[in-house]
Formats: sequence, C-alpha cells, structure tokens
Amino acid sequence: MPDAPIGASTESREGVMRVQGLARYFDVSPPLLNRLIERQPRQILKAVDGIDFEIAKGETFSLVGESGCGKSTVARLIVGLYKPTAGSIEFEGRDIAGLTRVEMAPLRRRLQMIFQDPYASLNPRWRVRDIVAEPLRAFGLETTSAGIERRVGELLSFVKLAAADGAKYPHEFSGGQRQRISIARALASQPDFLVCDEPTSALDVSVQAQILNLMKDLQREFGLTYLFISHNLAVVSHVSDRVGVMYLGRLVEVAPAKTLFTAPRHPYTRMLLDTIPDLSMSGRDRTPVAGEVPNPITPPPGCTFHPRCPFATDRCRAEVPMPITTADGSIVTCHGVEEGRVPEGPVMAGA
Amino acid sequence: MAGNPLLEVRNLRVEFPTRRGILTAVDDISLHIDPGEVLGVVGESGAGKSMTGAAIIGLLEPPGRIADGEILLEGRRIDNLPYEQMRRIRGREIGAIFQDPLTSLNPLYSVGEQLVETIQTHTDMSHSQALARAIELLAEVGIPAPERRVEHYPHQFSGGMRQRVVIALALCVNPKLIIADEPTTALDVSIQAQIIALLKRLCREHGTAVMLVTHDMGVIAETADRVAVMYAGRIAEIGPVRQVIQNPKHPYTVGLMGSIPSIDQGDGRLTQIEGAMPRLTAIPQGCAFNPRCTLTMDRCFRERPDLVQVEETRVSCWHHDKELAHA
Repeated sequence: MPDAPIGASTESREGVMRVQGLARYFDVSPPLLNRLIERQPRQILKAVDGIDFEIAKGETFSLVGESGCGKSTVARLIVGLYKPTAGSIEFEGRDIAGLTRVEMAPLRRRLQMIFQDPYASLNPRWRVRDIVAEPLRAFGLETTSAGIERRVGELLSFVKLAAADGAKYPHEFSGGQRQRISIARALASQPDFLVCDEPTSALDVSVQAQILNLMKDLQREFGLTYLFISHNLAVVSHVSDRVGVMYLGRLVEVAPAKTLFTAPRHPYTRMLLDTIPDLSMSGRDRTPVAGEVPNPITPPPGCTFHPRCPFATDRCRAEVPMPITTADGSIVTCHGVEEGRVPEGPVMAGA
Repeated sequence: MAGNPLLEVRNLRVEFPTRRGILTAVDDISLHIDPGEVLGVVGESGAGKSMTGAAIIGLLEPPGRIADGEILLEGRRIDNLPYEQMRRIRGREIGAIFQDPLTSLNPLYSVGEQLVETIQTHTDMSHSQALARAIELLAEVGIPAPERRVEHYPHQFSGGMRQRVVIALALCVNPKLIIADEPTTALDVSIQAQIIALLKRLCREHGTAVMLVTHDMGVIAETADRVAVMYAGRIAEIGPVRQVIQNPKHPYTVGLMGSIPSIDQGDGRLTQIEGAMPRLTAIPQGCAFNPRCTLTMDRCFRERPDLVQVEETRVSCWHHDKELAHA
C-alpha cells in the first residue's frame, strides 16, 4: 500500500471515512423534580456540534484540542460507541451511524480502537494470548486452536513481543508493552481503520517514541488508516498527514500537517502552537494567551473562541462563523480570516 | 559554586523495605541549589525524581526512609529534625506545589480560609491582616476578582485557577525554596504555558529558588537554569540547561532528547531507546543504563560510574571517564 503523499489533492484518493454535520449532544440537566422546583431549563452539553471531515485510505488524520473540546467523543462516535445526535458517518460510501447492532457487526471487524490507558483497557484476569485471540474468536477468523495459537504468535511478533509473552498476564508488562498488546489485539481482526485515542499520553517519552515508530511501521506494512486523537501538538505534527483543530465541539481549522504547523490560519491554532515549549532554547519568551476554555454547557455566542481571541470584533461576538475553504483546500472557520483582518504569519507575536 | 548553596543534598539514599528485600528508590545522589536558582529534575516514571523532592521536604511516605546521606538547608541539616521542627520549616522555608491541585487543597474550606490558616501558622499576623494578604496573593497569581473569589471553595475553580491558588499557598510566607512536583502535568497546554510563565515571574520577583520535578523536557527548557537528568534512582547527568539539551553527554540523555517529537523535525523516525527502565527490584550491576545502552564496554557491566566533570556538565558514564583518561 503506497503512502498517501502529504498535501495530495483529496480527489485523487479513495475516501474511506467521511463525516458530515456530525453532532452529539448530552443531556446533563438536573433531575426533573429539581428542574421543576428550581425552575431551571434543560441543560444540553454540545460535545460535538456539527463537524465535517474526510479521511482518505492510508492516511493519518489527527484531531487535536484541549480537554473538553470533543475530540474523544468523535472517536467514540466513529467506532459506534455513541450514536450521533445528528449528521452522518460514511465508511466507503455507506452511512454507519444509523446501522443496527447486527448490521454493524461486519464493520466492527474493520474499525478498531486503541485506548489511552493501557492499564484499564486490558482485562487483568486474562492471559495475553486470550486477550489477543478474543477478536479472532469473536469474528470467527480462526476456528482451530492451532490456528489461533499461530496467529496470536504472529500478532505478538508484529508488535515486537515474543510469542512466549502470550502466557503472561497484563500486570507482568510495563505501560509501553501493554500498549503493544492493545495494538496487537486491535490488529487481530485485520482492520482497515484504527481510531487511536491518545495512545501515548500515558507513556514516558522514550517509550512513546517506540510506540509511535511501531505505529508508523504497521501503517506502512498493512496500509492502515489512522484517526489519531491527541492533545500533544508535537506528537501530532510527527504522525499526521492532515490535522483538524477542535475547539468547544467545532472544527476551527483543517489543513495538511505541514501547512498547519508552518502557516496556521486560525487564531486558536496559532495560540496552541505558541504554547509548545521550545526545546531549541532560542530564549524567546512565550506570550501565554489569557483566559481558559469556557464552560461548554453555556458557550459564548457567535464564535466560541471570541473571548480569548485578540482579533475579535462585534461580528465575532454575534455571528457563528461558517467554514471557508481556502485556495489550498484547507478549511478555516473564522470571520477574521475571511475578512483578511487576521494577519498572515507563523505565530502570534506578542498579541 | 558561587557563595553558599541554599540547599545541599549529599549522597542521599532513599530505601523502601519490603517483604522481598530493600528497594533503593534514590541511590547516592548529590546536588545543590543556589539562592534564586531553578533546578530542573527530569526523568521517566520511577527514576526517583519525586522521591528526591519528597525526601527534601520530609514527606517520604513510610515505609520509605532516608537510609544514608545528608540534606542541608543554608548549611543546617534538616533530614534528621524531629517532626515538629520539620513542620515549621515546611511552608515557612520550603514550599511545595504538587501535580494535582484538587488533592492539595482541602475541599471543605474556602481558599481564603486555607490561605489565612497558612499565613497565621507561620507569621503573627491578625486574621484581618492575613485575609488582606490572602486577597493580595490571589491577585498576584492572576485570579480575577480576588475579593470575591477568596470566599469560594476549590471545586468552584477550574484546574488552572486551582493551580494558581496552590502557587499562592506555596508562596504566602515567602519561602526560600519551592519544590514543584509536576506542577503543570494535569493541565491543558494553553493553561500550562500560563502557569509556567506565572511561576517563573513570581520566583524571579521573590527571589525564590525552585526545584522543578517533571518528566517534560520542554518545561525544563523554558524554566530551569540547571537540570539534573535522573535514571533508575541515580543522576545520569547534571549541568546548565542549554548544555544538557543542546549537547547531551550521557547516552541516556542523548536518546531521551532524540525521542521527543518536535514540530520542526518533520515526520522521520524518532530515535528510540530500546527496552524500558529497570524495575527497582532488578537494577543491573555496574551502570544502571547498560542493558539499553549502545556504547557499552566491559567496565559498564562491572563498576558503577561516578559523576565526572565534562565541560560544564557532570556526567556518570565510563565513556566520558575514558575520554578524560586519554586527554
């Protein structure tokens, strides 16, 4: 499977995952009686509020943003752990959002997920070989015990573990090795699409490097498509072909990784880039952006980023911006960029 | 070393007696912090960096104990003080900031009450004076409307704001040294940048020295003057931040720097250090890094290297010792 070159036009590639107008709301209201007595309205948390993106085969698409921006909700929507409130999720042209359990079953084999916490996502009472063999048994991919044993050994070798490790329990492994077991389990059903929700954020840097390198090797070998969720911009820039930046349930910018990290357009993207600690020791004093992410239950009107944005105008405070597609195919959701008020440039300088 | 160091740690060893024998979490480390200096202590989980911090403020959790070595604050030994005297030093002379701001604040008291209590414990201010000081401190750490916020409880603050309150608590009686253990790890990136900038500014203004314990080299690069890289309870390398980051000497530091993804570096492969840090029960003989090192010699498996001076850094690696011998 050839690697999709960065920045290649989307038309030339076979789109496998297409998300349109995807939204997921959670009702976080107090119980009915409290609402009646305290005369409070319902409270709706718009975790994901209408997002569109497309992921081509063999590509790594990343979603990045701060906690509470809805990135993990998107991951769970795509693998079918949540049902969307609105919008569609098309996998190879077929809307998977409305499928029943039975209809979804064959697709589950092809869509797998790697979770953040390698301690919580492996059953401590199962031996590693049973954990890795579970998808083989569940999907009926291997029926004989000899076949299962051979395949488990093969899967463990893909993630650089020994076949003999299959007889051990998860607690005998370090965090990085456990994440390798999770990856072996995800690969067992020969998926095409892997959703990786913060796969390395619980790991130490030297182990993180091992896992990121392994994931790249596996992608090349099996032609996998990744949806990579992370809050760590340096990791995202390292693994991604294209990146979507989320803020309070919406995508504020989608662009090829190179473009996004060298010429970010949206003020929020610039702010995020400015927060990356500088290892080159240039001595530049970062200008941390004031303010915090607002409460997602009562987001600000208009553009939700306006209270923290140095370029905000009355229009930003009143009108919700629509995504605009720029000449190079990137998408930016910002009135300022549309009106040309936001200056071009790599990073906000002392704004 | 110019003048007298504020804090000196000499040959510190921290042990945990267990049923299966004694675990050595911190093994013979020596370091010093000058007044007003920021010393970063960096390492992976289990390297002993938090244990070192806990030993200095006398908060090692039993059965952990200081088995050997001395800790001196302004030339006075503090590692063998009775509990009551150590309690006076904690807060008054050495402040602490921990990773999770929610667990370091008492949920049952307003932040004002907690600040006032701390201030009154260590000074002879009246309640109203202490309250005025508390409001002043909240303003100083950048909490909006401090007169109103002082009456609020920890759960009414966001994560970033709580960490600001914890910083205010640590600074309230102007300690000479602050031990900050992963102060920004639980926070979002944009908030992390705010907290680092705040900590840096306040320590500069108050002349407070900081021992900054973290796993994040980026935070160290932005904040610290010198850095100690820890591995398996030992110091692998200690020196000026710029030296250690741009010209690392110990093979572990070299690998560690290579494994950090960076924005400019593109999408090539990361340098990886094979394997993982040894468990405390199975630290290899000789240099603790020898199973993962690509440059090992016979000597690395037999003898434990001491710290040797190479340029401005001190490194514990036989390779550098050898180079010196040939020079």
